[in-house]
Amino acid sequence: MFERLSDAFQGLYRKLAGQSEISERNIAEAMGEVRTALLDADVHIDVVNAFCDSVKQDALGAHVTKSLTPAQEIIGAVHKRLVEFLGGTSADAAAAMGTPALPAATGDSPILKISPGPTIVMMCGLQGSGKTTTCGKLAAYLKKRGRSVMVAAADLQRPAAVEQLQTVAAQVEKEFPGTARVTCYAEPDKVAAYGKAVGVAVDVCRRAVEEARKTGVDVLILDTAGRLHVNDALMGELTQVNRVLNPHHIFLVVDAMTGQDAVNSAKAFHERLKVDGVILTKFDSDTRGGAALSVKHVTGAPIKFVGVGEKIDAIEEFHATRMAGRILGMGDVVSLVEKAQEQVSQEDAEKLQDKLAKGQMTMDDFLKQLKMLRRMGPFKQLLGLLPGVGSMMKDVHIEDKELDKVEAIISSMTRKERENPSLVDTARRRRIAKGSGSSPDAVAKLLKQFEMLSRMSKTMASMSGMDKVKAVKEMSKGGAMDSMVPGLSGMPDFSGRGSSFTPSVKSRFKKRK
Amino acid sequence: MAFLGSLVNKFKQGLEKTRAALVGGAQGLRNLLTGRRLDEALIDDLERSLLRADVGVKTTTSLIESIRAEFRSGAITTGDQVIDFVKARLRDLWPAQDRALLGAPAGSRPTVVLVTGVNGVGKTTSIAKLCQLLRSQGKSVLLGACDTFRAGAVRQLEIWAERLNVEVVKGAQGGDPAAVAFDACSAALARGVDVLILDTAGRLHTQDPLMRQLTKIRSVVAKQIPGAPHETLLVLDATSGQNALRQAEEFQKSAGVTGIFLSKLDGTAKGGIVIAIKDATSIPVKFVGLGETPEDVQAFDPGVFVEALFAE
Repeated sequence: MFERLSDAFQGLYRKLAGQSEISERNIAEAMGEVRTALLDADVHIDVVNAFCDSVKQDALGAHVTKSLTPAQEIIGAVHKRLVEFLGGTSADAAAAMGTPALPAATGDSPILKISPGPTIVMMCGLQGSGKTTTCGKLAAYLKKRGRSVMVAAADLQRPAAVEQLQTVAAQVEKEFPGTARVTCYAEPDKVAAYGKAVGVAVDVCRRAVEEARKTGVDVLILDTAGRLHVNDALMGELTQVNRVLNPHHIFLVVDAMTGQDAVNSAKAFHERLKVDGVILTKFDSDTRGGAALSVKHVTGAPIKFVGVGEKIDAIEEFHATRMAGRILGMGDVVSLVEKAQEQVSQEDAEKLQDKLAKGQMTMDDFLKQLKMLRRMGPFKQLLGLLPGVGSMMKDVHIEDKELDKVEAIISSMTRKERENPSLVDTARRRRIAKGSGSSPDAVAKLLKQFEMLSRMSKTMASMSGMDKVKAVKEMSKGGAMDSMVPGLSGMPDFSGRGSSFTPSVKSRFKKRK
Repeated sequence: MAFLGSLVNKFKQGLEKTRAALVGGAQGLRNLLTGRRLDEALIDDLERSLLRADVGVKTTTSLIESIRAEFRSGAITTGDQVIDFVKARLRDLWPAQDRALLGAPAGSRPTVVLVTGVNGVGKTTSIAKLCQLLRSQGKSVLLGACDTFRAGAVRQLEIWAERLNVEVVKGAQGGDPAAVAFDACSAALARGVDVLILDTAGRLHTQDPLMRQLTKIRSVVAKQIPGAPHETLLVLDATSGQNALRQAEEFQKSAGVTGIFLSKLDGTAKGGIVIAIKDATSIPVKFVGLGETPEDVQAFDPGVFVEALFAE
């Protein structure tokens, strides 16, 4: 989603790569393209100017140390400022320059734990930004973490908004196991036509809080009606809810595809309500996410979550350093690991490791892995988290459907065939192709790939303990990644390579060696 | 067309609301330009305000370059001329014949309007507005609720239909939207209505399978009513930025978009991206949405639109 921005930053690096020092002139020239890319990404023009100025000053003010080239110096400055503009601290940025630490098991929750409960969360935003959907996603997020949730339907304006929230809450309650319950508080009889029920929502919210206290839920989420920031009466209603209930969190929900106006509306909501967190929605589109940079800059409120898909639990915590990494084309391995941890238990992982070592991986194991991987999200989205892969993938069409075919082929094999693929002869191949609606060639290709894969993993697994540690270490530094995925070697060093990986990538990669 | 005249007033009222909310000391660019001699600094101001209106770097640059050329050749010397120049350029971009709602050939019924867009742009509300507009022109309307995905979407359309006193054809939640479209077409033919409007689920243009679903809906409709859908409207949120261009391109590819309904223009956003969209895809804007009630709709007027671009 950030390809253009990544390209521009890498272009900046290349332009300065040959220079022996950073001067006012060569940096101004190099920053021009970055400015255009930021504007194209819908970053607000004032924020663009502020950003470019601060990077320029950092770069000019920096004493070029012997170990860093000017190009490295400026990418460092860009990274630092990106993190800052996205809401991280300079300590975050510094930490990210070193070896990325894996997420700690117990982090601070972005939603406070108040005792006695409930923690009151108020959602607000423009029409169509995705408040109701986000309420459902937050409920799912909390339920997964063992916290009970009540969502309250305070949108009495939009037709069927109450029904939507009720349905979404019931869906979350049904789909996610666990003892923490998700309920919905609604007063459907209070619904009225647009502009007729202003103020009634305040009472509904008050009664929702009473109900939440009585039933002892952990978190109460208030879903308010979408409103324009220039509508005085409706904005007044929010101010009133805020005054009467004093919510612990006020989250502004912002569509990631918003243009320059994001700044105007965010500012207006912030002035009235002192927003303390932003949730960016529809982040799975190909937006370049300029709103993320602008909104943080004008409100000072950090981005807490991003909505990333149609699924009811498609929401992620937002991390400034990781996002800066993605923007710079460095990927986001930490998020990838987290996603994996959500799906794979330690025990399963060890079992598989054992099988791999003995070269006993069967097609069944492979299928299981594939299914697990697919539960983590669309394939292309996952690949985008790998360093350097983001910009490589931009023109590649990955169809999750292709993986459906793989699943179909394996499903059409008998148990014996899955355990011992070498059994598959021409006749069996034809049968499998027929059963899975593919061609015998496709079956043969898959089997061959599987054979290669298991041979490779056996070699990997047979390495000595010391070698493995070394391999992992290399990997985290990006060294190993570099040989697998052309594109990254250590953090700020882009190695002066091309920014987009056209078919010539291989030759260029060779040249570099 | 007399009907348009009264609408322009409404449009102006809508803009007035916005202007009133924003006047807080900041001088409008129009004020800035009026009665001023043109110079490079003023051209820079103009550039900034076009960028701020989401017109986009590429289109802004080309507009500004042409203004600069006129300025340097001495053809334009004052701020007022700049406004007229930009207005004329944009008016040429959207000739009147481009902006009429496409319909079934004379004598045949119904006209089918397919309404599409990404999530949360205001498709259902915009349909209520279109419905109201068509009814005020004496046309009979039937709605098809093809958003079987989002919770509460069918109910939302139904509530509007009750208020506007039109009928809705609907299917089961989670059902096949193309099947609903099929039923809606049959019903429209059987009842002899003038216009059938199909609501679809919001979908991001990056979701290939969902985009293919639109293609399927189109072919189901065309099979029953040759030539339909006659008009495929893409609802665009006026607050959206450069991404809207990608939306237009992708929806044009999968759904054959023929017009834009620019929603939420009653806020502070200017919707300048439609200029870039016209530049790149030639899809014209046909309607604008300016509020929450069914009456808050107008035929798109490029002159008023440009005026609003410069209102700050």
